[in-house]
Amino acid sequence: MNADRPTGSRERLGAAMSRRSALILALSSTSALAQGFGGLGANAPGFKFPQPGTPLVFPKDHGAHPDFRTEWWYVTANLKGTDGASYGVQWTLFRFALEPNSARAGWTDRNVWMAHAAATDAGEHLFAQKFARGGIGLAGVEAAPFRAYIDDWLLETRDDSSGAGIERLRVSAGNGNFAYALDLTATGPIVLQGEGGYSRKSDAGQASYYYSEPFFMTEGSVSIHGRETQVSGRAWMDREWSSQALAADQQGWDWFALHLDGGVKLMLYRMRSVKAAPFFFGNWIDADGATSPLMRDDIAIAPLENMHIADRDTPVRWRVQIKSRGVDVETRPLNPRSWMATEPAYWEGPIFFSGSHKGEGYLEMTGY
Amino acid sequence: MRATFWTLAALMSHWRRRPGNFMTLLAGLAIATALWSGVQALNAQARNSYDAATAAISGGGGRMLLAARGGLFEQDLFVKLRRAGVEVSPVLEGASRIGDKNIRIVGVEPVSLPRRSPIAHMRKRADILDDFLTGEGRAFASPQTLRRLDLAEGAQPQTERGRRLPPLTALAEAPPGAIVVDIGVAQRLLDRPGKLSRLILADDAALDEARLKRVAGDALRLVAADDDSELARLTDSFHLNLTAFGFLAFLVGLFIVHAAYGLAFEQRLPTLRTLRALGVAAPNLVAAMACEIAAFTFVAGGAGLIGGYAIAQALLPNVARSLESLYGAQISESLTLDARWGLSGLVMAGAGAVLAAASGFAKTMRLPPLSVARPIAWRAAHHRYLRRQAAFATIALVAAICAYDFGKGLASGFAVIGFSLLAAALFLPVALAGFLALSENLAHRPLARWFFADGRQEISGLSLALMALLVALAANIGVGGMVEGFRQTFTRWLDARLVAEVYFEAATPADARDIEAWARGQPDISAILPVWRAKTRIDGWPIEIVGMTAHETYSAHFPLIEATPDVWTALHAQDAVLVSEQLARRLGVGLGSALDIPTSRRDWRARVVGIFPDYGNPKGQLRVDHEELKRYFDDASGVHYGLRVSPDATARFIDNMQRRFDGAIARILDQSELKSMSTEIFERTFAVTAALNTLTLIVSGVALFASLLTLSDMRQARIAPVWALGATRRELAALEMIRVVAFAAGAAILATPLGLFMTWCLVAIVNVAAFGWRLPFQMFPTQWLMVFLIALCAAILAALIPVARLARAAPTELLKVFSNER
Repeated sequence: MNADRPTGSRERLGAAMSRRSALILALSSTSALAQGFGGLGANAPGFKFPQPGTPLVFPKDHGAHPDFRTEWWYVTANLKGTDGASYGVQWTLFRFALEPNSARAGWTDRNVWMAHAAATDAGEHLFAQKFARGGIGLAGVEAAPFRAYIDDWLLETRDDSSGAGIERLRVSAGNGNFAYALDLTATGPIVLQGEGGYSRKSDAGQASYYYSEPFFMTEGSVSIHGRETQVSGRAWMDREWSSQALAADQQGWDWFALHLDGGVKLMLYRMRSVKAAPFFFGNWIDADGATSPLMRDDIAIAPLENMHIADRDTPVRWRVQIKSRGVDVETRPLNPRSWMATEPAYWEGPIFFSGSHKGEGYLEMTGY
Repeated sequence: MRATFWTLAALMSHWRRRPGNFMTLLAGLAIATALWSGVQALNAQARNSYDAATAAISGGGGRMLLAARGGLFEQDLFVKLRRAGVEVSPVLEGASRIGDKNIRIVGVEPVSLPRRSPIAHMRKRADILDDFLTGEGRAFASPQTLRRLDLAEGAQPQTERGRRLPPLTALAEAPPGAIVVDIGVAQRLLDRPGKLSRLILADDAALDEARLKRVAGDALRLVAADDDSELARLTDSFHLNLTAFGFLAFLVGLFIVHAAYGLAFEQRLPTLRTLRALGVAAPNLVAAMACEIAAFTFVAGGAGLIGGYAIAQALLPNVARSLESLYGAQISESLTLDARWGLSGLVMAGAGAVLAAASGFAKTMRLPPLSVARPIAWRAAHHRYLRRQAAFATIALVAAICAYDFGKGLASGFAVIGFSLLAAALFLPVALAGFLALSENLAHRPLARWFFADGRQEISGLSLALMALLVALAANIGVGGMVEGFRQTFTRWLDARLVAEVYFEAATPADARDIEAWARGQPDISAILPVWRAKTRIDGWPIEIVGMTAHETYSAHFPLIEATPDVWTALHAQDAVLVSEQLARRLGVGLGSALDIPTSRRDWRARVVGIFPDYGNPKGQLRVDHEELKRYFDDASGVHYGLRVSPDATARFIDNMQRRFDGAIARILDQSELKSMSTEIFERTFAVTAALNTLTLIVSGVALFASLLTLSDMRQARIAPVWALGATRRELAALEMIRVVAFAAGAAILATPLGLFMTWCLVAIVNVAAFGWRLPFQMFPTQWLMVFLIALCAAILAALIPVARLARAAPTELLKVFSNER
């Protein structure tokens, strides 16, 4: 497993690590569920905080960390069907501790779980959302054998798997309109983000634990409106837990997880602030898992075309440049209407890119 | 159009000349509308409250899952369903008490509540949600409920089980009479760990019977959320009762309208003829009259709505308490009414007005333009009138018989009552006319002969008022007899049923065991009678199962309607059951029938060995042997007990017990307290019925008064010739009074058998259909005497003003009659 290199700009790196928790903050005005569960804007006395130099221990750290305030398990997959069409799926499980010491018996447990799932093709973007209280067996995550669940949505070690890690998983979700079940098989190592998995957010000491598995090969089936298709492709998993929030002036962000042809993985984002100029950050992950942080001057991300989706203008095509790596690509969505009308609502869907490099990935946009 | 306008103006001038007639018409219509819409307002208020109670948690519509047998079910089933992908949200409801106030504890799970649920709105308020789910949580109550409990926000009262509530917080969306807490808190407060009472399905949750069975077996049943309102079902008959009495009152009101309008029509005949002679076409005339009726409808209907609101406002507290004590239903006591209610009231007023005026319209259409007044032709007209009355009476009677023979249930019961009242009312003028004709033939003195002949002529004018009086008197006798009969039966039944000196409810089954152990060592106690209870459901009907131990308390006292000779031995032997009267009727079982009772394990087949009266219980009840109850029902709640204590030691014993166990006792009552509570419930059951009944009687008194007042003007023309022939005014006035009193007496005499018949209908048809039990039919002659006296008083009061006026009429007034006779 390769950790990303120490960086001179801890603040920037840290911000990147918390994209998912910022998601919860995004548009929080419309959703007390997001705002209240975790109350991420407030201080959090009583919760544990990430400490530098703490080694991540697997499989233990695949499981839940109820001493921390918030945590998530995130899988996205770019898929090709036997029918020749492209598909994408998303599977996300969030845990929010309402109070410190959140793991308790029965209904006194203070964890609330939230999950989003989506299946996308060129014509449809179907999604669903679930909420569940902890403590009574509706939702939870166990480290070994790895098992994350909420109701009937699962991300778990495959039956035929002997290992205690996350190398061989099965992910499934759906509702009445869509369903998917995919086998995920890791072809590369787990990638520790930040300093060995400890990722700073600011010089004030805010940080999170963060690791990824961007090297999943996947196959299975996706069913949209009852039409089932066998699919295969690539998937990406993110894991992060923390007890702290991002800055209050953040308005939203545009986040890219890209599979470059040839095996390189690229994570990029643009953080938009109401006060300051947009903030960029990225991470270049070689095919062997070695990571190199990309500094803000190195990255250029600009929208090319907006579309009116869910009563707002959302950019759907982007130009992405990494000067030091000679990357200059244009992205286009598989389905421009990949709108997650969940609590909170955001845009997340599969994209393709071409130009200096070719490939596919996932784009997440919030705060529009 | 112009013609219609001027015709209308000409017609309207009548009311200026006859303000009394005008006021009667308006008052009649207003009273009818008021009584009807008042009752409707009460019903609507109650139904809204039931719906609000259900909808406040689950939102309107949708579906939910309930325990197949009723009662509670295991939380595991909820987890199983969710893990199978069925989106459901759990609810636990239960009764509790804070101080001496009953309260419903409702446990919800806000995170999974469907969006349609008003309570789910709290998800939009981060602060509220956070408070609700963290720390000790929050207890939401509507501001109204807080006021009822006399508690402020932030208070943390204890329940009767000694559990402390989370801090109370006002939330407008909370259902009336309920305290909403987190599901986990509810399980603690109600001492029901791991139990739920229902699951609300999310808006788009896909669940059919087959899938439900696959996941949860037979444990749960799927119902539409609207069906869930068990309260609505249980209280249906109560509301139908109210509606029926409201309608009765409305009809009596219509009698007034009909009388007033009929009178106006008679008085306006010359005007109508003149208008026709002037060339106004009959349709124009009817159009003008229709406009007039429409105007009346708006004015009187509007006034009626205001009156209805006032009536509803006045009766609401009583109705609310009845429903609470009878069914545990919480009715919001601040009356809220919608436009639909107002509109329906106006429609009723309009329909009533048109109905009352219909005969006038028909006559106007047929009115020959050039016919002259033919006062002497009244005899022929009178005969036609009587024949028509007799024909209609016969039709109504046939309808009553048909309703009895072919109908079933509550509606047919009311139809029988309605049609027989109508038949009797229609027949009343015929009977009176027959009696007067007979008397006329037997009389010899000229004045007496005139008296009877004149009486016959007056019947048609007074008959509607008399009919109204008859109906009101009969209803009074009928309802009074039923209520009094019930009171006596109920009191006897309570005495037999409540034999134990002390009744208590322990806070928990463990507490019950402690108390039981202690009580065994007490010298004053001769018997400890556990009255454990379980719940089930047969054919969808909620049923309580109560255990009985073998003891003289039951075998010597417990009231039974019918039973096998060895009933008590059989009950405690094996597989035997006593069935409450209403349940036996509903299930159609009798002595010796086999009954399959769903239990915790399997269906239990038991033989019916006795049927017992269970007055006032909206649910079905089965009584079984105590040991068998424990064997078949794992979830039997073992907290209710009766104790036989030597009577003189009761007070001391209760004192001792309270001191010793305090929080372990949820409730303790001695026999007399329990009896007075039960009697209070009974009184409330019929309080509203009695109130409406009294109102109806008052209305009919008004009708009589109005008729007499308006007739008195016409009377002068008839009395003047007799006066001119030498009868004194005083003599004539006395005769007037005698006639009115005689008419009222006639109505009262006819009302007695009619009222008895009504009592019988109420006891044998309506009560059985509404409540499931039948009372013995009893007669109360003192009541009849009261009603008779009331009728006479009403008649005398009503006749007083017109008669006094006659007695003091100036001779010139009477002479005028001859100067402008038409």
